[in-house]
Amino acid sequence: MPAAIEVHGLVKRYGPLAAVDGIDFSVPAGAVFSFLGPNGAGKTTTTEILEGLRRRTEGDVRVLGLDPWTEGTPLHRKIGVIPQDFRFFEKITPKEAIEYYRALFGTKVDPHALLEKVELADKANSRFDTLSGGQKQKLGLALSLTNNPEICFLDEPTTGLDPHARRAIWEVIRSLKREGRTVFLTTHYLEEAELLADRVAIIHHGKIIAAGSPTEIIQAHGKPARMSVEGSPALAAYLQMNLGAAAVVEDGKVSVTLHDKRDALKILTAIEESGLPWTSFTTQHDTLDDVFVRLVGQMDEGALKTEGTP
Amino acid sequence: MKLGHIAADFRIVSRTYFRNPVALFFSLIFPIILIALFGLIFSAAGSSTVTLVVVNEDHNPGGVGYTPTSVAFLSALNNTSVVSVQVVSVSAQNFSNYLGQNGDSTGLVIPAGFQADYRSDRPVNLTVYTDPQDAAAGGTVLGAVQGVSAAFNLHAVCGTGSCAPVIGFTNANVGSQVYKYIDYLIPGLIGFSILTSPMFSMVDIASSYRKDGIFRQLSLTPITRGEWLTSRVLWYVALTFVTASIMIGAGIFLFGAHVTLTLGVIPYLVVGPFFFVSLGMLAGSVAKTPESAALIGNIITFPMMFLSGTFFQVSSMPPGLQEFARILPLYYVIDGMNQVMLFQNAPRALLDLLVVLIGSVVVFLLAIRLFKWRDE
Repeated sequence: MPAAIEVHGLVKRYGPLAAVDGIDFSVPAGAVFSFLGPNGAGKTTTTEILEGLRRRTEGDVRVLGLDPWTEGTPLHRKIGVIPQDFRFFEKITPKEAIEYYRALFGTKVDPHALLEKVELADKANSRFDTLSGGQKQKLGLALSLTNNPEICFLDEPTTGLDPHARRAIWEVIRSLKREGRTVFLTTHYLEEAELLADRVAIIHHGKIIAAGSPTEIIQAHGKPARMSVEGSPALAAYLQMNLGAAAVVEDGKVSVTLHDKRDALKILTAIEESGLPWTSFTTQHDTLDDVFVRLVGQMDEGALKTEGTP
Repeated sequence: MKLGHIAADFRIVSRTYFRNPVALFFSLIFPIILIALFGLIFSAAGSSTVTLVVVNEDHNPGGVGYTPTSVAFLSALNNTSVVSVQVVSVSAQNFSNYLGQNGDSTGLVIPAGFQADYRSDRPVNLTVYTDPQDAAAGGTVLGAVQGVSAAFNLHAVCGTGSCAPVIGFTNANVGSQVYKYIDYLIPGLIGFSILTSPMFSMVDIASSYRKDGIFRQLSLTPITRGEWLTSRVLWYVALTFVTASIMIGAGIFLFGAHVTLTLGVIPYLVVGPFFFVSLGMLAGSVAKTPESAALIGNIITFPMMFLSGTFFQVSSMPPGLQEFARILPLYYVIDGMNQVMLFQNAPRALLDLLVVLIGSVVVFLLAIRLFKWRDE
């Protein structure tokens, strides 16, 4: 699959500060790529460089084969962008806004169909200043699609929205993927990235600290899965002795590390054979959220230690 | 430049405007209020006569009625038509206080023995009261009293025989026609509207659209800065045509203004907004924040608002201010309209137009160059 976005050695400096410090990644065409990171990590700077809104200091960037800074005009005809906290002319309705963009881009998109797509058709004739936060973001999304873009850049599109509005935006993102468009999604919500993204990159202090599919990142950086058994504490010793499993008692429950999904069957069989009392069990595995918090935390601790070293 | 882009943006700006009650008020209602307000204030001041309160102490012998000479003197004052005599029965000693308490700014005392002294060629003194705060009324009354006194003196010197004045005069007006204040007010207030409406609006738009990210959003579309600014210029040209029509209509029908309605005024209604939309955009673009943009806008706008011939003729200002007015772009817009609508002075009108046109092109190009869709 050809790459829609290719980034090599990208650096952006503001004076002595490197907001983006030599990052590499690529986004396959048709994929949903999620770019994660805490505030100030370099997400928005990177995104704006890809959109052609900001000039890079060093490195090579290609979006749909074009240099975003020097070939911004042709690039902007092929991409759609919805910024954080989308704002528009206050007295203009969503229908008029789409007609405006349609005239500027010279496309023949049907405003009603586009508003249906983002679930905003019922507000087609309401003025922008009367729309809720979620409805404004939906209009931003609709406008970013007016030029039938190959790549959609969505910068924190669901920040501050209620759960229902977030799910509506997620559905639109899924439909964009079904239509074969590439989606570049920056978000604070790890759950959102895990649900929607084919590939994820986590950026922190201007560097990419993890990249891959959500599953790959969890496997590479997360703790192994665990089974937690509500029952006699003696089960821990029994499982260690009979299965050689790493079993400990935590919060009154027996916790056993699962190295393989078949381990669960072996452990349950051993528990049953032990004759010791037990009532229920659950399995737990790390989410992208757990991995993110751990990776960012580890890096900050490392940075603090380094800073604290004389 | 693509006309389709300009037309699309023109639709957006016109809808935005028509849905904004404040903007509509300032475009359509405010001009009528302005012209009515200034028209009423100054047309009243121009046409009224000054009331002259008089104490006549020159009674007939026996105290019945006033002497014929004093009555003839007051009658002559009334006939000047610049003062209206109102005789009151107050003692001369209390007259000054009386005037102050009644809010009268001018007064005259004819002393007892006025007729007797006049007929005997003995000097006799009239006392004229004036209020320094109303210098215009004071000047009018002093002039009228001096004029009538001179005629009576002449008559006294000549005796009872005929004594026609040697030097006379005829009153004529500057220019070929009589101009009233309201006639000057119409081009002045059209100029005021050409200045304020785009300046205040564009300065605000330039900074607030940048702050709200709307310019950033537009930078990702094919519309260019030139197309965007052109649509704004066209909108304000259209708005100026409406406002100017309202002002001319109100001036003619409410105050009987005499202005020449000619197509020659149209170029000013085009280049004026062209200049000030561009200048507003330029001021808003160089400012870093909406607050500093408003400040820069006010610094540029306020001197022009009062010193370019909007409410007062530039020729009535002190010489230093007149020189200053000539560096203000609005002066040339208003002067040009005066030349076209009042004086029919085509060469000077063309020169004014040329000055504004060259200025407009320069400011428009500068605005496009300095106004950025986004900061980098």
